[in-house]
Amino acid sequence: MTSFMPPAQKNWWAVPVGRQELVWIAIALVWCLIMFFMMPFWHMYGDQNISNEGYRVTPVKYQAKVNEMIEKYKVREVGAMKIPVVAPPDGGDVYLMARLWQWYPMLELKKDVTYRLHLTSIDWNHGFSLQPVNINLQVVPGYEFVLNITPNKAGEYTIVCNEYCGIMHHTMLGKIWVKE
Amino acid sequence: MAQFRQCPDTGLFFHKEAENLMKANAVAGVVCLLIAGILALLVVLTRWPAVHLLPADTFYMVLTAHGVCALIFWMIFFEMAILYFAGSTLLRSRLATPRWAWAGFVMMIIGAVMTLAAIFGGKSSVMMTSYVPMRAEPSFYLGLVIFAVGALIGCFVYLGTLVVAKNEKTYEGSVPLVTFGATVACIIAIFTIASGAEILIPTYLWSIGYISHIDPAMYRVIWWALGHSSQQINVAAHVAVWYLIAGVIFGARPMSEKVSRAAYLLYIFFLQLASAHHLMTDPGISSEWKVFNTSYAMYLAVLASMIHGLTVPGAVEVAQRKKGLTNGAFEWLRKAPWDNPVVSSMWISLVGFGFLGGISGVVMGTEQISIIIHNTIYVPGHFHATVVIGTTIAWMGLTYLLIPVLFRRKMIFPQAAKLQPYIFGLGMSLVAVFHMAAGTLGVARRHWDMGFAGNPLGFEYPATAYLLMGIAGIGGVIGVIGGAMFCVITVGSLVFGEKLQKEAGLLQSFGVPMADSAYTNEKPERLPMAPAEAVEANHGEAGFEAPGTFILAMVLLVSFVIYYFINWKYLSEVWGLS
Repeated sequence: MTSFMPPAQKNWWAVPVGRQELVWIAIALVWCLIMFFMMPFWHMYGDQNISNEGYRVTPVKYQAKVNEMIEKYKVREVGAMKIPVVAPPDGGDVYLMARLWQWYPMLELKKDVTYRLHLTSIDWNHGFSLQPVNINLQVVPGYEFVLNITPNKAGEYTIVCNEYCGIMHHTMLGKIWVKE
Repeated sequence: MAQFRQCPDTGLFFHKEAENLMKANAVAGVVCLLIAGILALLVVLTRWPAVHLLPADTFYMVLTAHGVCALIFWMIFFEMAILYFAGSTLLRSRLATPRWAWAGFVMMIIGAVMTLAAIFGGKSSVMMTSYVPMRAEPSFYLGLVIFAVGALIGCFVYLGTLVVAKNEKTYEGSVPLVTFGATVACIIAIFTIASGAEILIPTYLWSIGYISHIDPAMYRVIWWALGHSSQQINVAAHVAVWYLIAGVIFGARPMSEKVSRAAYLLYIFFLQLASAHHLMTDPGISSEWKVFNTSYAMYLAVLASMIHGLTVPGAVEVAQRKKGLTNGAFEWLRKAPWDNPVVSSMWISLVGFGFLGGISGVVMGTEQISIIIHNTIYVPGHFHATVVIGTTIAWMGLTYLLIPVLFRRKMIFPQAAKLQPYIFGLGMSLVAVFHMAAGTLGVARRHWDMGFAGNPLGFEYPATAYLLMGIAGIGGVIGVIGGAMFCVITVGSLVFGEKLQKEAGLLQSFGVPMADSAYTNEKPERLPMAPAEAVEANHGEAGFEAPGTFILAMVLLVSFVIYYFINWKYLSEVWGLS
């Protein structure tokens, strides 16, 4: 009756709360706090965290870095488009560029080695979606995202674009090979 | 002079102007739902790999229109009707400045038509989020701005009505809980619309060349203060609808006014922090900011939803137990009128929102877990559970409740109406669950072809992913059938339903005022406070008034905890990131 009528008591805020609600609120609050503290906990003790390192960048500057890396560390080319494959030195910087509709260049990494992965787009928003591990990162133009990545399993991986980027969005793929 | 009529069945008083506005907004909302539903069918049949109906360009256009139409237009039109109902009808007050409200309504119509025209023109397939620097037609942004300003006017008319009701002493004591909840929705709406203006007006100016650059990261931060907060309007409003239905159908009174209202206050303070949910894997934003905001400041808004999740069914249980349904923990639930579409809608909305939408939403909104979910089709799976199963079904229930009251028509096809919430709920649950499942296998959202046709590199998602998307496709078709049933039943009832009042005709259904005789200039009697509760034997157990509800709440909590930690386990297996 009262959900759509004024409360039965003028001083409804002074009516004591029942035990059931108090117990539930206490349980729910504890659970909320556990969920909250899991995030800083994982920052301290977990191995999968989003880096806070990022820089503003322009397409011209970034492309220059990508080209420099390709010149130094190219190991082969793939496909009719001759997309370069780069094997960067252990612990080195890796520059990956998203553009319509390609991930450039392709990478050859080693298992259990940590690399500094740089990530940006030179045109629109793109989505870095590494399959089949399912790591997903937003790639925003104008921002250079720097993450330390450590592949933990050898194999062939595909980068799918999972941020809508126009008519050929579904063809935007890249490759990363991880060697033992 | 304000004119009122009293509904002979429910005793509710309707101010003529407010009533017409409610009808107009509700009808506009259902039209948008109909369009969104047709578009949904096209989307789902394209994403069903075995069907793959549309070509890529049409798919992205249709997907953009579906998002805008369902998430913005259907929701906000219906919310305007709810605000006018909660402000004017429930408080027995005249609506403040009805002409402004009509102006707002007309602006919303113009804005909606403008934006949809821009989308169907084919040059604005930018998705609902319209992330810069991808560019839509200027009229796409302008239409949204005009729509939002119209909605803002409606919000202020609602607040004005609260002032009128207070000054004219139309009610005793405090406003009813449902009105309180609607006020919370209104306040969040104002915040949301202000955020929308802050980002869409500059973007409009950019699209016509007056501003040279919009920062893409900043755009995402502010846009999501519009994008996510607008879903919080829905939450606040559909929780109010749950309380309303519980009160009207079961005669339930809130277990504690204080608890329910305090939970609503938490929504105002914390829900709008949710912008962060979408930016967990964005560059340029610090982890501190992400953690604080995505947790709505230590999950205080989640706490609020968990409280409502207990108090709404708890209030129903208490009311049912008072009627003598006291056997065991669940007789009150078993013997609820399950063939009443108002009731089944409320339960499906409540359970679906909590179990499917709520749990998945909090899990995917955890900073690190977002890494394995962001932008996969898990995300649409989640929000179809919150916005469709949660909000849309709640409003379908409200519509079933109000057709006889507001439009004075008898429902047609009562048998179909009994089944409709179940069919729609089942279809949309399949959509939600199987999209989420496919998302865990990495299937991308907003993606025309999961087979990547035309790319020479070659990559295939696991065969299971194709199966899951196929089942989601079947669910989508069932959902569209359920949605179509709703449209046929409600629109059909307006046109062909038996008139409950002889003088009402077809035109009255669409807002044309009835012959004045039904209305009087007499001011409604002052709305009294609810009758005090007679002291009765406590029907609960161990000091718990609603033990069955408590068991259900614990089931929710246990599912929540298990699912939460399963996702941490999945996360711990992926590549190291730091």
